[in-house]
Amino acid sequence: MPKPHAPVPGHTHARALDSDGNPVITTSGLTKVYRSRGREVTALDGVDLHVREGEVYGVIGQSGAGKSSLIRCVNLLERPTSGTVTVAGQDLTALAGRGPRAGRELRQARSRVGMVFQHFNLLSTRTVQDNVELPLEILGTSGKERSRRALELLDLVGLADKAKAFPAQLSGGQKQRVGIARALAGDPKVLLSDEATSALDPETTRSILQLLRDLNRQLGLTVLLITHEMDVVKSICDSAALMERGRIVEHGTVSELLATPGSELAAALFPVSGERTGDDRTVLDVTFHGEAATQPVISQLARTYNVDISILGAAIDTVGGLQIGRMRIELPGRYEDNVVPIGFLRERGLQIDVVGDEGRGPESVLVKEGAK
Amino acid sequence: MTWSEMQPLLSQACTDTLTMVVWSTLIAVAVGLPLGVLLVLTDRGGLVQNVVVNKVIGQIVNVGRSMPFIILMVALMTFTRWVTGTTIGTTAAIVPLAIGGIPFFARLVETAVREVDNGLVEAVQSMGGSTWTIVRKVLVPEALPSLIASTTTTIIALIGYSAMAGTVGGGGLGDLAVRYGYQRFETQMMWITVAILAVAISLIQFAGDFAARSLHSRGARSGPAPRLRLLKAKESAAADVSKAA
Repeated sequence: MPKPHAPVPGHTHARALDSDGNPVITTSGLTKVYRSRGREVTALDGVDLHVREGEVYGVIGQSGAGKSSLIRCVNLLERPTSGTVTVAGQDLTALAGRGPRAGRELRQARSRVGMVFQHFNLLSTRTVQDNVELPLEILGTSGKERSRRALELLDLVGLADKAKAFPAQLSGGQKQRVGIARALAGDPKVLLSDEATSALDPETTRSILQLLRDLNRQLGLTVLLITHEMDVVKSICDSAALMERGRIVEHGTVSELLATPGSELAAALFPVSGERTGDDRTVLDVTFHGEAATQPVISQLARTYNVDISILGAAIDTVGGLQIGRMRIELPGRYEDNVVPIGFLRERGLQIDVVGDEGRGPESVLVKEGAK
Repeated sequence: MTWSEMQPLLSQACTDTLTMVVWSTLIAVAVGLPLGVLLVLTDRGGLVQNVVVNKVIGQIVNVGRSMPFIILMVALMTFTRWVTGTTIGTTAAIVPLAIGGIPFFARLVETAVREVDNGLVEAVQSMGGSTWTIVRKVLVPEALPSLIASTTTTIIALIGYSAMAGTVGGGGLGDLAVRYGYQRFETQMMWITVAILAVAISLIQFAGDFAARSLHSRGARSGPAPRLRLLKAKESAAADVSKAA
């Protein structure tokens, strides 16, 4: 188990894939119902979320899916109607009390969870440094220590020279860096990111995501982020969950999702397309994930069976020396002719889905044959 | 009426108006600010939601706001006597002025504080800030430019109200204009008081705008307005000169 604040070298997608670290954020049966003028709107409908220590966990969904309610329930900015939230072993829902006001214990627990926002939420009347010092003022840190820590954090996010500037003088990306520095001031174990990059242009989005990834690796920071952009999940998340109408419909590590046939998230993360070019051809979706996908299998296949392979489409990333993603390939001949090559690919540990108007019927036949 | 006759009257009237307006503004701000903040906090969905308190304060503020000042002044006489020991004179006039100013300022504060982005409140909550921290570090500082503008408006309204203080022998410029300019047909006296009031109000408005703007400019997207920048440049140039000397 990695120590919370020790640097974790070599922490990559791959490490996280087979990590069975302790859950640092757990929600169980989380339900949130909004009542207004006699009408009830269920924003969260029994959400069970498990975020492990040191991972970047992305929750993706369309607006109105309940993502915002979920992340706000994690630090109890929203009171869940029912269910429990545990962060770093502490049951926050138990600390909440009955009234809408946050008691001392809950406030202390919140100060150990950092949060960054879509619209940055920096105080316009304070300088950058004073904004970063705000959480430390709340914690009661002395003036000297506050300023030392604030400058250290601004240095960490690459804004040491902007300490005396006001937020209005910064670009969007710089504002979000200040937001991140501020969220880290209380030395949190967990960072919540509420659409942190949604107000930024693609270039700035990349740099902010890179920063989050670096912080995740350097500080062992667990990041829970919500987003509606698939690219965010693809570029930094170890695990992801898909939300629809207040429920988590799919979740798992990126690799697990890829291994799940018919996973909407996997299809959206690694979209492949391409139509078959003729009737007497077989179209396969090859899914690369995990340790198995280290060999150049496609060229091995071509050489071993002397077949011509067309690549119709591919969405593949190489992370930590492993290939993750999907490729749609076309082999000459019908299914019956390609049983052996498909078996070869399966032996190599790849997941093969046969695409075609015949549907899943022939494929299941092939699976049985492969099993023999 | 010659200038030597008018001059002592005018200077006394100015002092009286100044006394009444300064004191009543101070009281109106001191009481109206927390009241206005409380109106926001106790509102539905507010940080310390309390519908009963909100409705009661709201109602009191509404009644106070809609009451014509002259009636308020007469209605408050018993209270004024209890506080100041008298119902006539400048000191006695401060009481109804302050009480008239409180709901006026409270409503303006409420509007100004409501304008503060709720995201900022949420951010400070997520850091573990208490409601008091939020009021002190977010709501009031972020609303400060508007609050200064509200204070300016209140001062000017109180100058207007203070004209009626003559009814209870409070004195002041408005009283002078009524007694000499209107009742004794001393048109000259009336125009002088009008001029003094016009200049005073313009100066207050200008000072208020300037203060609000120079505070706001730090938060504004475009930075300080050109004229302010010019002033700042002059100031820094002057500072350089003094340093060099």
